[in-house]
Amino acid sequence: MYSPHTEAERTEMLQAIGVSSFDELLAQVPAALQRGPDNWPPALTEPELMAHARTLAAKNKPLVCFAGAGAQDHFIPAAVSSLLQRGEYLSAYTPYQAEASQGLLQAIYEFQSSICALTGMDAANASHYDGATALAAAAAAAARITGRKKILLPASLHPEWRTVLATYFKAKGEPWLEIVPCPRGGLELAEVQQRLDGTVAAVVVASPNFYGGLEDGPALAQLAHDSGALLISVFDPISLGLLEAPGVWGADMAVGEGQGLGNPLNGGGPYLGLFACKKAYLRHLPGRICGATTDAEGHRGFVLTLQAREQHIRRERAASNICSNEALCALVATIYLALMGPAGLRDVAELCVDKAHRLAEQLTQIPGYRLRFDRPFFNEFVLECPGSATRVRNALLKDGLLAGVPLGAFNSTMGNCLLVCVTESRSDEDLARFVAGIRKISP
Amino acid sequence: MIQREKLSIEKSVPGRRGVRVLPASRPAADWLPERALRQHPPRLPEMSEFDVVRHYTRLSRLNFSLDTHFYPLGSCTMKYNPRANEAIAALDGFTAAHPSAPTRALQGTLEMAWRLEQMLCELTGLAAFTLQPAAGAQGELTGILLASAWHRSRRDHRRTEILVADSSHGTNPASATMGGFAVNTVASGADGRVNLAAIRAALGPQTALVMLTVPNTLGLFETTICEIAQAVHEAGALLYLDGANYNALMGLVRPADIGADILHFNVHKSFSTPHGGGGPGAGPVGVAAHLVPFLPLPRVIEKNGRYILKSSARKSIGRMRTCLGNVAVLLRGYAYLRSHDAVALRGIAEDAILNANYVRVKLSDLYPAAIDEPCMHECVLQTNPEQMRGVKTLDVAKRLLDYGFHAPTIYFPLIVPEALMIEPTETESRETLDAFVAAMRAIHAEAMTDPEQVQTAPHHLPVRRLDELAAARNPTVAWGATIP
Amino acid sequence: MFEESQCRFAASHEWVFVAGDVATVGISDYAQKEISDIVFVELPAVGATVAQGKACAVIESVKAAADFMAPVSGEIIAINEALADTPELVNQSPQGEGWFVKIRMTDSTELDGLMDFAAYQHTLS
Repeated sequence: MYSPHTEAERTEMLQAIGVSSFDELLAQVPAALQRGPDNWPPALTEPELMAHARTLAAKNKPLVCFAGAGAQDHFIPAAVSSLLQRGEYLSAYTPYQAEASQGLLQAIYEFQSSICALTGMDAANASHYDGATALAAAAAAAARITGRKKILLPASLHPEWRTVLATYFKAKGEPWLEIVPCPRGGLELAEVQQRLDGTVAAVVVASPNFYGGLEDGPALAQLAHDSGALLISVFDPISLGLLEAPGVWGADMAVGEGQGLGNPLNGGGPYLGLFACKKAYLRHLPGRICGATTDAEGHRGFVLTLQAREQHIRRERAASNICSNEALCALVATIYLALMGPAGLRDVAELCVDKAHRLAEQLTQIPGYRLRFDRPFFNEFVLECPGSATRVRNALLKDGLLAGVPLGAFNSTMGNCLLVCVTESRSDEDLARFVAGIRKISP
Repeated sequence: MIQREKLSIEKSVPGRRGVRVLPASRPAADWLPERALRQHPPRLPEMSEFDVVRHYTRLSRLNFSLDTHFYPLGSCTMKYNPRANEAIAALDGFTAAHPSAPTRALQGTLEMAWRLEQMLCELTGLAAFTLQPAAGAQGELTGILLASAWHRSRRDHRRTEILVADSSHGTNPASATMGGFAVNTVASGADGRVNLAAIRAALGPQTALVMLTVPNTLGLFETTICEIAQAVHEAGALLYLDGANYNALMGLVRPADIGADILHFNVHKSFSTPHGGGGPGAGPVGVAAHLVPFLPLPRVIEKNGRYILKSSARKSIGRMRTCLGNVAVLLRGYAYLRSHDAVALRGIAEDAILNANYVRVKLSDLYPAAIDEPCMHECVLQTNPEQMRGVKTLDVAKRLLDYGFHAPTIYFPLIVPEALMIEPTETESRETLDAFVAAMRAIHAEAMTDPEQVQTAPHHLPVRRLDELAAARNPTVAWGATIP
Repeated sequence: MFEESQCRFAASHEWVFVAGDVATVGISDYAQKEISDIVFVELPAVGATVAQGKACAVIESVKAAADFMAPVSGEIIAINEALADTPELVNQSPQGEGWFVKIRMTDSTELDGLMDFAAYQHTLS
């Protein structure tokens, strides 16, 4: 289909190879195995394919998005999408031949630097699959570094992330995960302290957490360090336009979901795993790392470095198996952050906070609606509804609004809770529609 | 050639702005505790939108890419990325979909995922696929966790070891270690294939899984694969086929007929989705019927033309990542498969095999083939420094860049000294292959007359050969979080 | 310096210098040349137990990783901290500042299975 060969060319090439028919080249494949699919559909031409795809796309309902829970509808500048289409980026492979990949390598270096700047860390890798898998890698690294086997996970961490970690470690049997309860929507120091018994490799702190709430990072870092454990921060990169960098308040490693930095929601992926750390743990970063160096004439250039840590060299001795990462999503994030700059990112973060708090204020004036938790939050909050949150969400769907994520599926005691997210993309009119929609279903 | 570029941070001008957003009605300090706010702004570049567009456009031109250069990277399957698939992945209906939306609002995405799974089953003969793994390596880990769960479900706790071939990709043994298994590496025979007797000898009650790549990384079909599968099953172990090289078997061989219990695909290799400078990919994992209950969640289920997500299953291994998978990558892969009928599908494999053999025959007098027989989708040749006045594979690779060709995969598989692993793919024309052959032959001639010219290459790229030793000994990986 | 003539050697290219029940170990000059430019040495922790012939450290060059096999069994009582920042010491002085670890031996008869320098050199030719 996409092969350029004519039948005449195929014949000439077979002659050049020195065989009389293509089947001679297949002599090594047992004849009994040569069997294609039995029931394959006819090919679609490009116009048919586009029409089919448009039909499918139209089956997804367009909604004004107030859902978050790890994927947020932030504004994507046109320049990001435009640069992304360049074949020089899109169709390149991993920059193993550094001299022929300086553009990509420099962009990766700029990506790593930007993530370090956001997080206050010294080093970052070239990306991981998503936030959850980056956390799994960080937890495993913490266990290796400390020689300890237990990881404290807050109940305020995204429940799917907790499942990912449990899935990753079940077969191996370590590290072990212990969940710290968060009945009030965040970590309490006493609950953490009583679990720090000298076997804990790392305390994980997500701030903003799954419920949008801010945690007391500095105090938790102090507790962790006092017992010889590391602190792994789970961050939202947009929030770091405004919030103190984890590296400043004492985190040793910082991982996050970077989708919000210019990547679309895409129904679940590809997203962008971010992984940064303090200098001492550089060699424990999984996957590709770009480093600066000089060429034979003394000019600056970039290479993939510390490759002897990786699976293609260390094989079974490697700490991680990651090979393909999310390079193109990382490029998007790099361009997004360059367009925003420190001031733009701060504006975006501030607008997220402002709009989320204004919506929360208005919604909680409606009888029966209140905030489930009273801790400070970034741009997500848990709205307690008078009845089923799923019913509230479904009612607002009719108005073209995705009002949030009902939490009953994650926690049976939260059936009346809706996790609401407000980004800078939501207009004041969107907020008003949300409030009106709720009023409409309220008695 | 284009001159070197400053870093974005070096082009930064204090106060310059790219994108403007509305001001907030109230400052953050009104809503959030002061101590939570950052004391110093992050050290990000301050650039205008035009600065940014020019910067990243100029950087892009310092790159080789498939769109601009022949890119015969062995085992990476650098085939053309059809533009229709890009247009489809960019449709608003798909990009704007939130993964937590109710399934009634996600019918298009779910239908695509379900149809793709059916097609992958049809292609392979396997019973079911999970689309969740983000890449081939994560697919391998998924497969290993599936095997572990299956043995545990049978209360067989002796299975602590995984067999891999010495020609395997490094991800196989690395994935096995991540899954908590010991790795037993089986040596290849003189014919470049994994040795049946060695597999039989290594199999035992401790063997959980045997991981093989077909065709293997020497570009050869494992001729005894059916006997191997039988031996693996008789030993109570499972057979994992690494589908990284599936391009050679597309529409030609169904892995289920081989006896595979588990297989992963690399959508970004076999199914034409762009590599994006190293990702994102997608690594769907297919399984035979006995492993279906263990697949990760969620799974897309069809009921009377409606699609729902099944989010709990007693035996499931859990969840490999958040959400359904790399949907936008899977969508491109789906579009690719829908563009081919059964004949065209087989044509992919046939032309990939044709092109690899064409290059092999045209070069193996100067660069001998590691195994001198017809290959599948890629061939492994060797540089002989003794016959080329000390010129090594690395030098040939760097000199190829001067000639305007990306280098093949080099020094892999590890069992072949001075390896040049060449995978042209089916989308390259004969003219391109001829030009590549001519360049390789010219480099050989240069080596004989002026080896230094080859050994000091590249000469015509934005940078000369880079000092990887200094980079590794004194790693500089970021411009620094604070202003110096 | 741990003079070659005073050391015993394993076939896998590690040397052992014995003082009392403490063995100082490293890799031979031949091995450092084979590996070439060393960029990192991953050493075991002090207190770890190692077994003769089993991998206990990893030596990295730019494009390769090699196992370091413990030439004798015992407990690690010291590691060469200098290698963390200057792994090139192994290239510069494999029998001196580039030593790897000190092992308190549990079985000195294991030394009988190792070669003296002359015998080791003979295996290289």
